[in-house]
Amino acid sequence: MASSATHTANPDVHLGDGHQQHPLRVYFVVWGWLFILSACSYAVDFVGFQGYLRWSLILIFMALKAGLIMAVFMHMKWERLALVYAIVLPPVAVLVFVAIMAIESEYTFLTRALFFGAAQ
Amino acid sequence: MTETSIETPPRQDGIQGVVDDWSSDQRTFKNVSWGKSMMWIFLLSDTFIFGCFLLSYMTARSSTQVDWPNASEVFSLHIGHTNFPLLLIAIMTFVLISSSGTMVLAVNYAYRRNRKMAAMFMLVTAVLGACFVGMQAFEWSKLIAEGVRPWGNPMGAQQFGASFFMITGFHGTHVSIGVIFLFIMARKTWRGDFDSGRPGYFTSRKSDYESIEIMGLYWHFVDLVWVFIFAFFYLW
Repeated sequence: MASSATHTANPDVHLGDGHQQHPLRVYFVVWGWLFILSACSYAVDFVGFQGYLRWSLILIFMALKAGLIMAVFMHMKWERLALVYAIVLPPVAVLVFVAIMAIESEYTFLTRALFFGAAQ
Repeated sequence: MTETSIETPPRQDGIQGVVDDWSSDQRTFKNVSWGKSMMWIFLLSDTFIFGCFLLSYMTARSSTQVDWPNASEVFSLHIGHTNFPLLLIAIMTFVLISSSGTMVLAVNYAYRRNRKMAAMFMLVTAVLGACFVGMQAFEWSKLIAEGVRPWGNPMGAQQFGASFFMITGFHGTHVSIGVIFLFIMARKTWRGDFDSGRPGYFTSRKSDYESIEIMGLYWHFVDLVWVFIFAFFYLW
């Protein structure tokens, strides 16, 4: 029953079946931001950043877009925390997997260099 | 006059709420319908699938001795004499974000029981999705014509083709399935099935406008996956 903090104009409408309806403004604002963030992501390539700066920017814009889509478009911002955690926490296991495979692929790269000789 | 009433304390928010929900009787997700919960759990499983695909792409790319093809060059469009790197991808992203917005509007109109507007916005979403798939198909044919195969390519590391076709193929399939379902749902909405509660083909349960929100969850997930593919595959 908590009302969203992002908009103050109209109160949330609570329909009988437990569904909350929010004024359209929130969605349009987020939609706008998604376009801006997409343009920023594209700009990272267009401007030609390289190295860690490139990767950091790519990840930041990606995380912001993903967060906005999940929280607002997919309504997670207004769902009960039990559901949010049930969906958001398990993919942490995937991140652990990513960390493991990053280490493993580094090792594979080195053994290939050692065994097959120097890279072309 | 005696009145028996069971006083239940209001449901807590925050971590205490999480503990209460999970430790309670019968249902954990109390204000969420079965359809919505199940769609979320399906999306969670799909997250694992796409996560593992992107992870294996990362592994292949990090462990190969040969340079990975430069995405800016491989995915550029030549219009006239100018080379536009990643232009098609930018347009595809724009199209998919637009479709997410129209889907949100469709859900909003559906809950207002304005079935004509809801159906119209679902159709627009479906058409945008179909455009996306068409552009992806064009991308595929362009790369295949340039010699990209799952087992090798003339631009760089041999694993590029397999990674690209697998990831974008699965994503494109998901978008296509979404487009088909959007057309089905749009027809149901237009016909007034959700107003009358007419059961769907495979079920005896009454239809409800919430089905459109559930459809929306799937569609936003498809957009979400594209955000990750765009970042990790095309930009990185």
